[in-house]
Formats: sequence, C-alpha cells, structure tokens
Amino acid sequence: MSGQHPPAGGAHGAAAAASGAGPDGGADLVLSVRDLEVSFGTKRGTARVVRGLDYDLARGETLAIVGESGSGKSVSTLALTKLIPIPPGRVTGTAHLGEVDLIGLSEQELLPYRGRRIGFVFQDPMTSLNPVHTIGRQLTEGMRHHLRLSEADARDRAVDLLRQVGIPGAEHRLDDYPHQFSGGMRQRVVIAIGLSCGPDVLVADEATTALDVTTQAQLVDLVGQLQADLGMAVIWITHDLGVVAGIADRVLVMYAGEVVEQASVEELFARPRHPYTVGLLASLPVLGDFDRDELTAIPGLPPSATDLPPGCSFHPRCTFRDDPRCEHERPPLREVAPGHRVRSFYMVPEEEARHAAASERVAVEPPDVRDQGVVS
Amino acid sequence: MARFALRRSAQALVALLGVSIVVFALIHLVPGDPVRTALGTRFDQDLYEALVARAGLDQPIVVQYVDWLARAAMGDLGVSFRTGQPVTAALLERLPATMLLAAAALLVGLVIALPAGILSAVRQGKPIDYAASGFAQIGVSVPDFWFGLLLILIFARGLGWFPPSGYVSPLVDPVESLRRLVLPAVTAGVVTGAILTRFVRSSVLEAMGAEHVRLARAKGLPERYVLRHHVLRNAWIPIVTVTGLQLATLLGGIVVVEVVFAWPGLGRLALDSVQRRDYPVLQGAVLFMALAFLVVNVLVDLLYARLDPRIRAS
Ligand SMILES: Nc1ncnc2c1ncn2[C@@H]1O[C@H](COP(=O)(O)OP(=O)(O)OP(=O)(O)O)[C@@H](O)[C@H]1O
Ligand code: SF4
Ligand SMILES: [Mg+2]
Repeated sequence: MSGQHPPAGGAHGAAAAASGAGPDGGADLVLSVRDLEVSFGTKRGTARVVRGLDYDLARGETLAIVGESGSGKSVSTLALTKLIPIPPGRVTGTAHLGEVDLIGLSEQELLPYRGRRIGFVFQDPMTSLNPVHTIGRQLTEGMRHHLRLSEADARDRAVDLLRQVGIPGAEHRLDDYPHQFSGGMRQRVVIAIGLSCGPDVLVADEATTALDVTTQAQLVDLVGQLQADLGMAVIWITHDLGVVAGIADRVLVMYAGEVVEQASVEELFARPRHPYTVGLLASLPVLGDFDRDELTAIPGLPPSATDLPPGCSFHPRCTFRDDPRCEHERPPLREVAPGHRVRSFYMVPEEEARHAAASERVAVEPPDVRDQGVVS
Repeated sequence: MARFALRRSAQALVALLGVSIVVFALIHLVPGDPVRTALGTRFDQDLYEALVARAGLDQPIVVQYVDWLARAAMGDLGVSFRTGQPVTAALLERLPATMLLAAAALLVGLVIALPAGILSAVRQGKPIDYAASGFAQIGVSVPDFWFGLLLILIFARGLGWFPPSGYVSPLVDPVESLRRLVLPAVTAGVVTGAILTRFVRSSVLEAMGAEHVRLARAKGLPERYVLRHHVLRNAWIPIVTVTGLQLATLLGGIVVVEVVFAWPGLGRLALDSVQRRDYPVLQGAVLFMALAFLVVNVLVDLLYARLDPRIRAS
C-alpha cells in the first residue's frame, strides 16, 4: 500500500544530521503519513480540509507545522486518531505508527493508541481541563486505563510527572482543582497529561499561544527539555515562527490543507522557495517576537475549503505568479534540495526572498536562526 | 461549605421577607372592603366585625404588617373569610396531596427526560434524536387538561385500569392511593418531562462540546467513561438547576391537573380562594408557594456546590 506513494522526506537524513537527531533510513521512523485527506460534509458541499498530506517523523524529532488559521493544521493531527467527528468528517490515506496504519483502525481499535502512543496538548489551558475533577484524577485516569496502574501507583507517578513539568509542591497539588492553578500551571498539567503514558509522539497544538510571553518561553523550553530526556517526537503546531526557529528540526508549511513547503528549519529560514513561505517570513517583524501570533501580512484571505480555486490554491494571492499553469494546474510537490520540498511552479530565488523580507524592513537572519530563538 | 449553606439560607430569608410584603399588600390592593366583598350576600354585622378584628384590619397599616408577620412566623396565617378555619390548617390539609403529586410528577418527568435527553444528545441528528425532540415539542404544546381528559377517557373510562379522579392518602390505603396517583402524575409528568428533555439534551450537547472532553478522548479513555465522567458529570450542574425549578413549580400546585382529576391540592385551594375572594387563604397559599420555591432553590444551590468545586470555593 505504501508503495503507491513516493517516500515523503526522501532525504530527511540531511535535516536530521543537521539537527543531530540522528534518524537514518526507516528504522527510527515513528510516524509516516501518506496522502492524508480529511474532508467534512457540510451544507455548502464537501469541505476538503486536508489534501494529500505526506510527512515522516523520526524518533526524538520536532516537526513544526505552520500556516494560517484554517489551513488544516489541527485537523490533520486530530484525524490521525480519529479525534474529529466522523461523520461528517472523512479520513483517507495512511498514517503508519510503527507497523500499524492508524487510519485503517476503528475508533475502538484506536483507543490503545490515543494518549498511549500519541499524546495531545491543546491550545487553551483554561478549557482543556475538566473543572469538576481534581487534576490528580485527570492526570491518573489515562495511566490507570492504559498502564493498568493501581490508584496508589498512578498517584506516585502523577507526582513525579508534576515535578517533571515544574509544578512546585507537586505532592500537595493532586487533590486541587484546575481553578486553583494559573494558566501557565494548568498548561504544565496538560503537558504532564500528554506525557503520562510515555507516548512516541506528542502533538502540541498551539500549546503556548494562549499564554503570556514569559510563560510561553518557559513552556517551549520545558517541552524541549522533556523531549531530550524522554526521546519522544514532537509535532509542534504554531503560528509563531519565533518558536519554530527555537525548537523545530523540520518545518512543514501548510496552505489550504496541503503542504506547500517542507525543509529543515535552517534551510527554510535561509532559503524559502515557495511564494507563500516567503510571505510568511516577510510578515515576521523580528524573529522570536511573541506579540504577533497572527500572520496577517499576506494580502487576501485563504480560500474556503468548500470552494478551492483551480490550479495552485495560492494563486489568487500570489505576487510571483507568472507561469500560465498557476491558474489551471495543481503544482506538484518537488524536491529542490535534499529534504526540501516545494509545491510551486516558480521557485523564489534566494536573492528575491531576502529582498521581499527586507522590503518589509524585517530581519530574517538566515543561517543561525536557532540561536536567536526563544530558548536561550 | 457550611458557611455557604448559611449564607444561602440567609439570602433566602431576605427574599421571603420581600415576598411577605407583597403578599401582605395583596389584601390592601383590593379595591373596596375585602371582608365585605368576601362575605357578599352572607353579610352579617357581627361576623363582619369579628373577621375585621381577627384580620387586624382596624389597625394602622405598619402595625398590621408587623403583627401579621409576627403571627405568620409563628405559623398563624389568620382564618378563612369563608369557613373561619385557620389558614395554616387548610394549607396543611392540602399539603400531602400536593407533595405526593409533585414528587410523582417529577419522577415521571425525570424517567422520561433523562434517557430521552441524553440519548438524543449522544445520537444527535439520528432518528432517536428527532423522535425525542418531537415528543418534547408535542409535550410542551399539548394543553394538559386535554391530555388529562384523554388519559381519563382511555385508561379510566375505556380500559378501567385506574379510577378517573380523586385522592386517597397513602397512609389510609397505599394501593388505592397509588392507583389514583398514576393518571394525574403521568399528565403532569409528561409536561415536566417534555420541558426537561429539551433541557437535558442541550445541557449534554453543550457539555460534549467542551475542549476537556476532547482531551479526555485524546487520552484514549473509552467512550462510555468519557460520557459518564466528563460529559454527564458536567451536564448535571445545569440539569439540577432546572429540575429544582420544575419541582418548585409542581409544589406550587398544578391547578389544571388538580381540577381535571379532582385532586385536593394547593393549586386548587389557591384557585378557589381567588374565586371566593378569600384573601387570608390566598395570602397563605402564595406565601407557601414562595417558601417552597426558596427552600428548593437553597437545596439546589447546595447540591450545585457539591457538583461544582468552583462554587464550593468561592
Ligand atoms: N467538524 C468540522 N466540520 C466542518 N469543518 C470543519 C470541522 N472541523 C474543522 N473544520 C474546518 O477545517 C478547516 C481546518 O481547520 P483546522 O482547525 O485544522 O485549522 P488550523 O490550521 O488548525 O487553524 P487554527 O490556526 O485557527 O487553529 C477549517 O476551515 C475548519 O472550518
Ligand atoms: S504555483 Fe504559481 S501561483 Fe502557486 S505559488 Fe507558485 S507561482 Fe504562485
Ligand atoms: Mg488549530
């Protein structure tokens, strides 16, 4: 089945080598997504929300998914374990976690994977926790279910987890309710929940967006630390290119449900080739500035998922469009350098990318972006 | 928690005081002389003067109120203009029938509304949802006297399963009491059930949409567990509130049902006292309804605090 599709990151070894994560070949792949499609039946027709998504995730690696609101970042990860309503949702393609194709499993069959193999941290810590249960209960229920721990063992482990995520006085806080924690502390609890069953993959879906600047930086740092300690892979969904620069190994840029560009973080910041990515980078005032969380500088709006434009889905907003195919033909995802894939007929030259960025009076400092990131 | 209970009770007492002023004013808002009007053609000077003095209507108004309130607090609500019977006794006589019917109707309502509301939320947009919503729509729009009469025609007159009307105390004859309770309880209960079904459905739907429910699913917890501990557990909070309101309404007496089934309850008493201009009885009935309402609300708030740690803390 997977033979039908070309391998996605044929040379992600290059990215990995650069980042030191070290996957080589398929042995260390934890997640391999091919041709993932998600659509919703709506009153206005079928909304094609994720289209032909391919990516690989290596053990210990951090993949950032960026893109404007509505580009399908959340849905594409939620769909992996059918956490979207089905129907109206419909998911096709494959997502191999080890040997198992998650997409082929029923909801019942997916239960052992949810939380146990793929953990989630959602955006808003104020709503992610159930106000009527203690955090101890919310932290232990997954472990008790998956790991069959006794109540006492689960509580011991919960205290360890709370310590790990930096909650002061952890042993006294299990019986507290969420409203007794600040937003930042709640998100630490949610992270602890995500980690509790030792998942292979942690999906952090805008996990720091709702928090203040200092707390954001601390949590970004914390996840980086935990990842190094535990060796799990992280999919970090964000609007914030500063965070991306700080923690990602590789970046997937999504637009209207599809990958428009994918590269290692160094490559992407140094040599963005897709007009959309160039626009995104140009809209970034200063790397690491947390105050902007919306990427609004590209004129126009993304298309509706029920009414996608023909040809390149970015063409109505593209300032580089000069190829006659742009309006009629869907550009293929082409590998332009090892591990660097771009879906465009036109590759923005390096000079021009810098020019676009400079014209917005912004500092996109190419090679060593990681050092300027938030984790310092 | 104890402080919360105390504070809530104190608030309820203040509210009751407010109600008492309104109830007291009632008798003075009536144009003309209430005693004369009440006596009507049975007018008799001695009786008239006795009633006026008994009701304290010859005193200055503030004195009257304080006096009335003091006596009401002691359980003395005056005497009926019609029968001379103490109002408190008249109320207590009706109370068991009302409480029995209210409890039975609420039970019927919940037995209908909880499964129907929960199922239709869980199977939103499926046939069972449409069926439950259809029932709720019909239940709230069908007049209860018509529904009561229909039940009498079918189950009392037609099939002869139940007596058509009347009340027997469960202490006197439990079986007969139950047989007479069924039709009025179903009549009142179906209406209550219809109102509650809608509410249960929307509460459960709202609870299901919460982000923490998605996180609970993302933890890999089985659907039944999620439904029970993260959806229903949270949905109880609003459901308890509305159920309390329904109980308070039922305790005030369900006039129409009581009339159709010749049920000697408070609603009937209040209606009769209005028709006969028997103001002390009306005052007493209204005061009792307010009291029942406040007591139920305090209980609901206490339950609410048990269900929601955020309230407990504040
Ligand atoms: N249940 C649903 N039914 C119909 N459409 C849906 C449903 N859930 C999501 N969508 C649509 O899918 C699209 C992608 O949503 P998604 O939440 O993945 O975007 P996102 O990239 O995560 O955006 P954001 O940055 O705002 O979180 C949106 O257009 C959204 O309206
Ligand atoms: S394919 Fe054409 S329209 Fe699309 S991004 Fe490339 S240049 Fe722009
Ligand atoms: Mg999202």
